[in-house]
Amino acid sequence: MPRKISLRKVVAPPRFQGFRPYGVNGLCSERVELLYEEYEAIKLADYDLMHHTEAARLMGISRPTFARIYESARRKIAQALVETREIKAVYGNAVLDKSWYECLSCHARFTIPRSHKQNSCPLCASECVEPLKN
Amino acid sequence: MKTVITAAGNTADSAFDRRFGRGAWFCVLNASNQIEEFIENVLVEASNGAGTKAAEKMVELGIGKVISGDFGPKAKDLLDKFEIQMVILQDESLTVQDIVNRFQHE
Repeated sequence: MPRKISLRKVVAPPRFQGFRPYGVNGLCSERVELLYEEYEAIKLADYDLMHHTEAARLMGISRPTFARIYESARRKIAQALVETREIKAVYGNAVLDKSWYECLSCHARFTIPRSHKQNSCPLCASECVEPLKN
Repeated sequence: MKTVITAAGNTADSAFDRRFGRGAWFCVLNASNQIEEFIENVLVEASNGAGTKAAEKMVELGIGKVISGDFGPKAKDLLDKFEIQMVILQDESLTVQDIVNRFQHE
């Protein structure tokens, strides 16, 4: 029996649900599913320009595992571009960084430093806040 | 506790800048949430380390809360360490004044 997949830490989930090509005749009906951790790998390596070792530490996985996730992400994006497929963001094996909260009334996202006592929104002071999920 | 809002310009009508390390200006609010001053971000053009240096600047200024659109992993680590609260707003159509006004509702 294979070993259980360890969860990958993701700081912030992608801000989109998917991407769809336009200006093509006949969209391929099958979508490419980009996992949250794959999005995170692309973001860390190619947007934040981090080294793989560093990025792997941030996601709580080994460097080879990071490299595999990153490769899979690149291949999926390439496949989507070439085969004009839609990309869909899927949760995957991610665990979201717990330190972020979201205000339910003004949708601001924020952290609560340890020294803070109250759990209210720093902007609108609403008490309706919850840890950021999905 | 002082607050910083990242801004695209140095007036209250300027647009909110969603970048932290490379936001053009830092708008500093005093403890009663009045605009105190605008500080130009000298790191806008920096090729690397902008987030870290901007975070150090926040520590230097004694800021308690930073409002921006996104924080890089290094800036986040540093701000976490100095217990500076980070606030992320996704809406880019806001101006600095809009955000200041939100405080006034308290």
